[in-house]
Parts: sequence; structure tokens; C-alpha cells
Amino acid sequence: MSTTAPSISVRGVGKSYSGVTVLRDVDLDIAPGEVHGLVGENGAGKSTLLKILGGVVRADHGTLSFDGEQVTFARPRDAIAQGVSLISQEGALVPALTVLENVFLGRWAQTAGVRRAGHDRKRFDELIELTGFEVDPRARVDLLPTGVQQQVEILRSLARGARVLAMDEPTAVLSEHEKDNLIALIRRLADSGTTILLVSHFLDEVLAVADRITVLRDGALVTTDDAATQTPRTLVRQMVGREIDMLYSTPDPIPDDAPTVLSARGLRRGPVQGVDLEVRAGEILGLAGLVGSGRSETLRLLFGADHATEGTVDVDGATLTRLSPRRAMAAGIAFVPESRKEQGLVMARSVSENVALSSLPRRRVGPVVRRSAERTAVDTVSRLVDIRAAAKDAPVETLSGGNQQKALFAKWLLCSPRILLVDEPTRGVDIAAKSHIHHLITELARDGMAVVCVSSEIEELLALSHRVLVLRHGRPVGEFPRGTAKEVVIAAAFGDEGEPT
Amino acid sequence: MTVDAATPAEPPAQLPPATGSTGSRRAVRFRDYGILVALIAIVIALSLSTDTFLTRSNMINLLDQCTVVGLLAAGATVCILSGVFDLTASATLAVSAIVGVEIMRVTNVPVGFGAAVVAGALLGFVTGMIVVRSGINSFIATLATSIIYRGVAVVVTAGAIVYPLGSQTENFGALTWPSLFGLTSATVMFVIVVVAIGLLISTTTFGRRVYAVGGNLEAAQLSGIRVGSIHVAAYVISGVCSALAGLILASRAGSAQSTMATGAELTAIAAAVIGGTSILGGEGAIWRGVVGAFLLTLIGNGFNLLGWDTIYQQVLQGCLILFAVTTDRWLRRRSR
Repeated sequence: MSTTAPSISVRGVGKSYSGVTVLRDVDLDIAPGEVHGLVGENGAGKSTLLKILGGVVRADHGTLSFDGEQVTFARPRDAIAQGVSLISQEGALVPALTVLENVFLGRWAQTAGVRRAGHDRKRFDELIELTGFEVDPRARVDLLPTGVQQQVEILRSLARGARVLAMDEPTAVLSEHEKDNLIALIRRLADSGTTILLVSHFLDEVLAVADRITVLRDGALVTTDDAATQTPRTLVRQMVGREIDMLYSTPDPIPDDAPTVLSARGLRRGPVQGVDLEVRAGEILGLAGLVGSGRSETLRLLFGADHATEGTVDVDGATLTRLSPRRAMAAGIAFVPESRKEQGLVMARSVSENVALSSLPRRRVGPVVRRSAERTAVDTVSRLVDIRAAAKDAPVETLSGGNQQKALFAKWLLCSPRILLVDEPTRGVDIAAKSHIHHLITELARDGMAVVCVSSEIEELLALSHRVLVLRHGRPVGEFPRGTAKEVVIAAAFGDEGEPT
Repeated sequence: MTVDAATPAEPPAQLPPATGSTGSRRAVRFRDYGILVALIAIVIALSLSTDTFLTRSNMINLLDQCTVVGLLAAGATVCILSGVFDLTASATLAVSAIVGVEIMRVTNVPVGFGAAVVAGALLGFVTGMIVVRSGINSFIATLATSIIYRGVAVVVTAGAIVYPLGSQTENFGALTWPSLFGLTSATVMFVIVVVAIGLLISTTTFGRRVYAVGGNLEAAQLSGIRVGSIHVAAYVISGVCSALAGLILASRAGSAQSTMATGAELTAIAAAVIGGTSILGGEGAIWRGVVGAFLLTLIGNGFNLLGWDTIYQQVLQGCLILFAVTTDRWLRRRSR
């Protein structure tokens, strides 16, 4: 295996899953050492193309050539042998092992089967120097924040001598600061001759870092062009095939007489170190902060998903005692959690069962579910949030990310809540769905719902919220009105020293 | 390089491709009813190859044989659907049957039967509370609990066989008596109980919650479902099923003892899985467990009727389980 990056050429590659074509006749050339962005809506085929290059998925037809020589990737190790390393959305680390063990997973330095950790350690230090990461090699991987886990994956790819790094939504789980670091690293790696393939929903990131950008739509390649000639607007037009309104929805002003609906005093538990907040009817409160600042944990305390060790949650001025999700729901609180796959949806069950789940007692005769009432309710709310599913009885896992997220909203709207807690409302959803969800949130606020929204995308929060509350180390450190510059909010999140800890 | 392949003026229709949905749905259909096809195939094969299979007496016998595993499989399915295992099933069966007989000796036959069912429900409740409160993996927690229950059975009986009073012997055999359509009363009871549990799981809000808890515990919790109560309820249902199965066995034998139905909990789980209930929870149905139990019984019956050496029966049953789970996995991967 040579150490310089190959020139990759993809010819006529196509892939179908049980009759659904997800990729059709894609031709693509990738030059050595270039940063190549792949963009498109959910389901456009970006991830599939990346997985084909990473040997995780086999193309139905078409060829791959490296430096003019045709290669066949039947399994990931074939791709690794060619120097291709795939860094996926989910991550592929062994949770109970240390950073060092993961970085050299299966390729530990050894003498007669005995590991030579010291040797690995030396190579690890070299990689650290190259990347500028700050990772403790002895830390257990499952105890690290997501951003650091991703760094471990990158280190492992480099340790395997990767010449081509294929990254699927690498910034989706990162905080602003981590994103900037990653972007800088991508540039540095590319300058030292590594080819980077980057799939991302964040167009400004792709535009900032990529040399060339390929747009995919419905499995077909629309265009490959120099990044310099593209703007977010042109990319979006190519991705969706039409102009869409990229502007965020603007919330209506809060009526002067709107009462305070939700308030919390001195909430504490784990990373949350005393949070006070107040939300009025019709108000959207944004909660910003770095990863680990206690944003998501605060929402969980407000919903009773975790029990606060100290502090109170009041709804309409009355304190909720022994708060649990059931009691929170009874008080009119709804909670759209961070991860729809792990915390939100029962993936193997149907769309309608999922949507109906939290409001089952509303439609029953004795213990029996009223199916017709359920169908009507699910259909109505599905239209409201615009779920696009082939059938309501299809498993929810067959839906695209955007539609899954809408199903999650639909589930809570059926409870007719008065307070909506949303964690990462648009993570991993395509642009059309994102704009729809923003619109939905502002609509709900207009109808008098009190909304608390957590997002790692500062722009999203600033555009969506009436106020943004910034948390640092589990404490509110600043409150900003609409129209505050992004930099000001980020500075508050980092603190005066500008040090992320 | 610019590949301006397509810049259509019309917005592309965002409809899901029709071919795909029917294709995947066909796979789902086959996956849904593949086990019934297998069952019917064996029934047809046995009908054609023997004169004795499709006779009234064999059918009555076959259904009666199916009742014990069938009841245990229904209980196991409820537990597996909700994401837990119940390895106490056969131990609960023995303890409930023994309690039933002991109470019967000091009262009468109906009260004894009732006492057995109550004992089954109570034991299920205790198992459930142990699993939920300890937070230990249900497989380990119920394994330990089942050893305790077997121990209790030995202690209560002092290792001996327990009989009802001489005057009660005849009525104690009531479950073996012919009843509706000539079926044994055990079969009739089995059908009623299984249909009731099937309806409970498929039509009620409780059933929906069972699937949600088994499919994604955290999502269920965050949807306001009391996950612990659902699990305890699943164990109670399983306990009642075990007690009824215990009564059938005791009624046939005219007695109860501490070693009753040893290992039957694994047969029950096997039946559930053969039927197509996912071992991971959240997917499956009660009728699947019953069909799985029926398939296992049918193989035993076929061996007898065909005059095959029954020493191979377990080998075949084991192969069947492997085949069922492999097919399930294969179909699942393909439909994704």
C-alpha cells in the first residue's frame, strides 16, 4: 500500500434495496488530496455512496478504480486495505476498551501474542501531534463525550494508514467549538495529502472546507462543481430541484398579557448545577451551551425523566411534586427527546402505533383501543405535521429521518400539550423537513404553546427563539434577545476565558 | 468538471417509489405467515402419509397434548414481547400445582383449582417485582428465582408426591374429561385463555404498551408508560398460564410433585421463537407462540404415527428452532 492518496474513479455505480433504487449510474472522479463534499436531501443516496466506497455496502453494478486499477470491495477490510476509512454516523468503537486499545483495535503491536502497549503509545503520541487532539489514551471510550469519541475514530483511521477518509455527517453530534476544530483538521489532513469525502447537511460547512462539491438527488448525480462557484442557495436549488425558502420562520411577538406557564427554580442534578428559567405562553425559549453544559439534562429534569436532587418545577404557578413523565404529561408538558432512535420511537412498530402511543388513554372503550378514532386522530395530526409515509402501518424505521422526526412531533401533539420541550428538533433531517419543523414550532407558539428548545446549532436557536438562555457548566450565564450576533452567544457559552472544559 | 445532468424546471415528485413498498410488503407478508405455511405443510404431509393422523381421536389427543406447552408459550410470548424472559415458568407451574393440591385437601376441588391460579398469579407478581426492583437482567434474575421456587416446592412437599384426598380423586381429573365437541376440558380452557390473552395483547391499550416497552424501553418511559408495571403484569400473566398448565398436568397424573415439567420454560421460549416472535422484544404475537407450540407437538405426534424412532425427535426439534430463527433473520435483513 502506497502512502499517497489514490485518484478514485467511480463509474456507473447503482444500488437498490428490495426494488427501491437508492443510487443510479453515478460517475464520479475524486482527485488525490482533495476535500470532496457530498450533499443532498435525506434519501438522496449520499450515505449509500459513501458506504459503497467504504466496503460496507456492495454496489449492484458499476465499477470502482483506484489509480486506474479496478478494485472490488466485498467487505470493509477490502476498503481498508486500499486505504479507505469510513467514519460513520453511529460510530464503531468498542465501548469498554480504552482509547489506546480502540485506536489500534485488532492491530496492536505484539510479540508472540503479548501486547506491547508502550510501542502503541509511541505511535499514539505521533498521531496526537499530527492531529492536535487532546485525548487521554487511558480513558475508557464509553465515558468520553461524543465529540471526543469521534476524534478517537479519526485517530484509528489514521493509525490504519488511511489515505482516504470518508466521513458521514461528522459534525452532526459536535458542538460549535468541536466543529471548528474538525473543519481545521480536515483542511490540515487534506494539505498533507489525504483525500477527504465529506457528507453533511450543513452547507456552509461544506462550502467552507470542500474543494469540490457533488450534489445528489433521488439517487442520481446532479452536478459536481468547484465549491467556489457554489452558494448555499445554488446548492439547495440543485438538491431539491427548485427554490425553497431557506429563511427560518420568525416567531410572532408574545402578547403582553401572556402568563408565565412554566418556571423552574434551582434545578440540580449531575451536570445541572442550579438552573432557573421562566417561559410564558406563546414564548420560545432557546437553551444554548456546549456539549456537556447541561442543556439536555435540564430538559429531562423539567419533564421528570430524571429526578432533580434539588429545585422545583412549576406549571401555572403550582409546584409539581414527585415529578415523573406521567405527572409532567398530566400537567400538559410534552418532551421531544434528543435521539429519535434511542429515546423517541419504537422503531419496529408502525407509524400509527408510535404516533398514538403517548395519548392511548384518550381513545379507548374500557381497556380496548378505539381503532377508528385512532386512525382519524393519526391521519389528522399526520397531515398537520406533513408526515410522508407510504403507509401508516409501515414500521417507522422505514421512514426518512425527517419524517421520523415529524412523527415524533405528531405523537406529542396528540396529547394537546401546553408546554413543549424539544431537544435538537432538526438533527439529521433534510432541509425541507427542517424548514417545516421550524414552521411548526413557531405555529405552535403562535397558538399559545410555551416552548423550550435545545439545539447545538446556534443559528437555529437565534432564529427560532424569542430569548436564548446560555448554560455553562450547568448554570445560566447569560440571556440574549432575538437578533443577537452568533459570536456573542458562543462567547458566552465558552465563558470569558474562551476555554471549553 | 461539471456534469449538469439534470436541472428540471418541474419539482420532482416526492412520492415513495411504488415498486419498493409492494416489494418490501410482500417480504413482510411472507415473513408474517411463513410459519403457518410450514404448519399446514406438515399437517398435509402427515395426513397423506398416515391413515391415523386425520382421525377424530388423534386430533383430540393432539390438541390435548398441545395445551401445556401452548399455555406456557402464551405466557412466555407476553414476557418476551415486553422485553423480558420468564425462566420461572416451570417452577411456578410446580409450586402452583402443589399449593392447589394442598389447599384442595383441606377444602374441595374447585377451591383447590382456584388456589393454584391465585398462587401462580402471586408467584408471577413476586418474580416481576424481583426483576423490576433489582434491575438485574431478567434472564439472570428469573433463573435465580426459579431455583428458589423449585426449592420451595421441595420444602413444601418434603420431596414427596402430593395427592388429593381419595374422595376428590375423580373430580380432580376433571380437566381430562371430554367436553365441547368431544375435546378435553383442558383443551377448551386452553383455547379460552389463549384467545383472551391474544385479545388483551392485540386490542387493548395494555397490549400497545407491552409492544412499546419491549420495542424501546426508554421511548416508552418518555411516553409516560410505567415500564415496571407493564413488566410485572407480564409476569403475572405468565404465572397464571403456568398455574393452569400445572393443573392440567396434575389433573392428568392425579398428583403433583416438585419435579413437575422441569425444563418446560425453555420449550415455551422455543415455541415462542419458532412462531416468529422476536427474542429482542417488541415484535410478535400470541398466536405465534401457540402455533410454535403446536408445531413442536405435531413433530412428536408425527414421529409416533410414522413409527419413527423417537430418539431422533429432539435432534429434529433443535434443527427446527435453528431453521426458524435463521429464516426469520434472513427475511428481516432482506426486507431492510
